[in-house]
Amino acid sequence: MTTTQKRERLAMSRPVEGATGKTGTWRVFRPVVDREKCNACGLCATYCPDAAINDDLEIDLTYCKGCGICANECPKKAIGMVREEK
Amino acid sequence: MIDRRVAKARSPIRSQPLQELDTIAEIPKEEYVLKCSSACAGCSDSLALRYVLKAAGPDTVLVIPACCTSVIQGIYPNTAFNVPVYNIAFGAAAACASGMSNAFRGAGKKTNVIVYAGDGGTLDIGIQAMSGAFERGTDFLYICYDNEAYGNTGMQRSGATPLGAKTTTTPTGKTDFKKDIDGIIAAHDPPYMATAAAAYPQDLFKKVQKALSFRGPSFIHVLAPCPPGWRYSTEKTVEMGKLAVKSGIWVLYEREYGKLSIGAQSKVAMKKPIPLEDYLSPQGRFKGIDPKNVEILKQRIAKNFAKLAAEEASS
Repeated sequence: MTTTQKRERLAMSRPVEGATGKTGTWRVFRPVVDREKCNACGLCATYCPDAAINDDLEIDLTYCKGCGICANECPKKAIGMVREEK
Repeated sequence: MIDRRVAKARSPIRSQPLQELDTIAEIPKEEYVLKCSSACAGCSDSLALRYVLKAAGPDTVLVIPACCTSVIQGIYPNTAFNVPVYNIAFGAAAACASGMSNAFRGAGKKTNVIVYAGDGGTLDIGIQAMSGAFERGTDFLYICYDNEAYGNTGMQRSGATPLGAKTTTTPTGKTDFKKDIDGIIAAHDPPYMATAAAAYPQDLFKKVQKALSFRGPSFIHVLAPCPPGWRYSTEKTVEMGKLAVKSGIWVLYEREYGKLSIGAQSKVAMKKPIPLEDYLSPQGRFKGIDPKNVEILKQRIAKNFAKLAAEEASS
């Protein structure tokens, strides 16, 4: 048995995206960005606890939990929280 | 083996050069917490951990005792954390890190060993192992993210819960003061210790980088507001951390070889703090707090300010 095979048999978790499922399903309010008001300061991406906002300031709705920190911290008030429809 | 004498003799030398960081742009883009951990919406633990790992880089091992971070990693055989993690019993994190650090240094590796523990694992259950590791001069970084109660098990009172706060085991408000863990750590005289807040990620990032540049034990105490535990709505996590600093109930400072320097945000708060009520009133855990307790908290803030200002002036 090689070392790699031995390692694969270890009871050890391996990093993968979506390790806890698609957390976007938790969301009650969805962030919606008003691009007219946005001045691309990047504070929303800085404060996002789950790094669901990328460099182009696009929100990954598959994983966004809808906490609303981005909307609350946006200095231009460019992000609104809209209730998710069922 | 790095024993205390060696650590002391080496301590004035930093093991890595330290670059100054002033803008958000200089924080690395890599994420070491993959989308997404199962932390609650608006969790400041995952916000703080993002910046801790960005500062530490890929050559890092996390040692995590029982706390929120040990349960948000994911479901076996998957994990959201893209660095090696050692999950260990509640009271043993620092002891484990001590052995790990010595093994790495013995093998000539510079791998960062970081203990990422909650306030229960630091102030209450983990204090014995932590004190031992600091006394031995272990080359590691101990980060305590402080949500001021046992959040993972349903918000029971901990040594970090402030006076007057309601928890599930103190339904009428805590009658004792918050334990001064920073004072206890300062008594161990580590090369570097600091306080930070998840609401100031750039400041936290710089402090973690700085802490890892020292040989020997270092400590960072991070205030981590908890939406379900403190009973405020999820979007206020960052706001709450900023209010804590602005009202002075949380002071940002760092101690390098015993020399204290108070952070710019806290210096502003010292000159002109916002009313403490602005911090207390949005939180459900302080609902109906006795006005006498608010007065006591205010007096303690003023006393703490005076103590830190005097220490900074004399050091």
